Amino acid sequence: MAEVRDGLRYTRTHEWVRLEGDVAVVGVTDFAQSELGDITYLELPEPGTTVKQGDSMGVIESVKAASDIYAPVSGEVVEANRAVVDAPEIVNKSPYDDAWLVKIRLSDPTELDRLMDAEAYRKYLSETAAMA
Amino acid sequence: MAAKTTVLYERHRALGARFIEFAGWLMPVQYEGIVSEHLAVRRQAGLFDLGHMGQVVVRGRDALPFLQELTPNDVAKLRPGRAHYSLFLYPSGGVVDDIIVYHLPGGGEYFLVVNAANTEKDLAWLADWRAQRPDLVVDIENVSDRTGMLAIQGPLAEAILQELTTYDLASVPWFGIVRVTVAGVETLVARTGYTGEDGFELYCPIERTGDVWDALLEAGRPKGLVPVGLGARDTLRIEAALPLYGQELSAEITPLEAGLDWVIRWEKGPFIGREALERQREQGPPRRLVGFELVGRGGIPRTGYEVRVGDDVIGAVTSGTASPTLGKTIGMALIASRYAGVGQPFQVVIRGKPVDAVQVSMPFYRRPRRTARA
Repeated sequence: MAEVRDGLRYTRTHEWVRLEGDVAVVGVTDFAQSELGDITYLELPEPGTTVKQGDSMGVIESVKAASDIYAPVSGEVVEANRAVVDAPEIVNKSPYDDAWLVKIRLSDPTELDRLMDAEAYRKYLSETAAMA
Repeated sequence: MAAKTTVLYERHRALGARFIEFAGWLMPVQYEGIVSEHLAVRRQAGLFDLGHMGQVVVRGRDALPFLQELTPNDVAKLRPGRAHYSLFLYPSGGVVDDIIVYHLPGGGEYFLVVNAANTEKDLAWLADWRAQRPDLVVDIENVSDRTGMLAIQGPLAEAILQELTTYDLASVPWFGIVRVTVAGVETLVARTGYTGEDGFELYCPIERTGDVWDALLEAGRPKGLVPVGLGARDTLRIEAALPLYGQELSAEITPLEAGLDWVIRWEKGPFIGREALERQREQGPPRRLVGFELVGRGGIPRTGYEVRVGDDVIGAVTSGTASPTLGKTIGMALIASRYAGVGQPFQVVIRGKPVDAVQVSMPFYRRPRRTARA
């Protein structure tokens, strides 16, 4: 069973957000890494890039498949995790901690209301699994 | 139509497999994970359920001349107890399927292993040619439904399998086949495979497949044997530069283009596809299958991605992967012959971006030669 961590916000496309002041730390969920399998490649936006909620901002690729990473919030990318780009397998090992992907300075904090909390994401996952 | 399952389906589920549909079959794509399964095969051993593959027996007085006409490798040279890689070809020189032909121990009976995706097509193909040669005494039997097929591959495959049989497996040569008892089950054991490692493929009565599978897993677990899904089967065969029908081979790709010149025994006489291939040999094949690696990172070059030199599209990727053994991104591509050459650069277009690649020799991975067996 995939880990869903309390206190984070989640998207339907399986990104998570942890708020640090006005900065959103973003990664992909345990469910996402588990579905993708062995992750071999990551493309992340450069710091300084402006991203818009719901738009593709990067790529995550495993032996099996490639998938877009969507911006969970709008704002300016202030940092990208180079360590994960150099060693993408970290995403499989530590999706919520070491494998944070980017930090985004929020341009519109109300967007966070459109994301799921842990309980809602758990429910979403169980519905997704029921459909499969 | 619901996908077919092999007799080991419930065992795969219990082992935590994830499944994909492949050629109409619901097959395990991975258990623990593609990379760990891949490395287990390179370092210890892996166990594969290949119940989706097709098996056809060709027997009768004229089985040899029939197969000799139908395939480009030299069946006359195939002694009982030996196998070779071969092809079914269209008169155009394109490939119907790539196959293994086993001359069964005892002689006179040929056991053909064909791709799951092509089994029905191959049977129709065989029946069609059979009908055109009513003078030949040949019996063609599809035994896929009553044959279980497993593979055990890796440096420890022989040691593990040896625990389940009294037959001296060290005496079985590469591409040899013997009829032996494995875990109490009469089994055809062949020293063949699709991983680039030493190993065996096993054929047994379908209702006993589970017994052989269980015995192999139990004997092998302490030595690091793991079940392996189609995901790692693909990455293993790519490292070994073994073709996959539908990607490196097809009705539109000839064996000369695919680098399978060695399969064609020109000296043997007529076979289907010969004239077309002779013409292509004289003119030189227009395309070549080449190996490449990415110079930097850029993602995985997947089947169908464009290959370019500057603005010219020169071909397409047939297969590619992040190589777990080599730590590089590798692939095969079918490109215009004039661009082919080890060391020659080209670009692979990955998600719209040209990524630098360089041609390298194949196979990408060759297993280390072990000290001679006693």
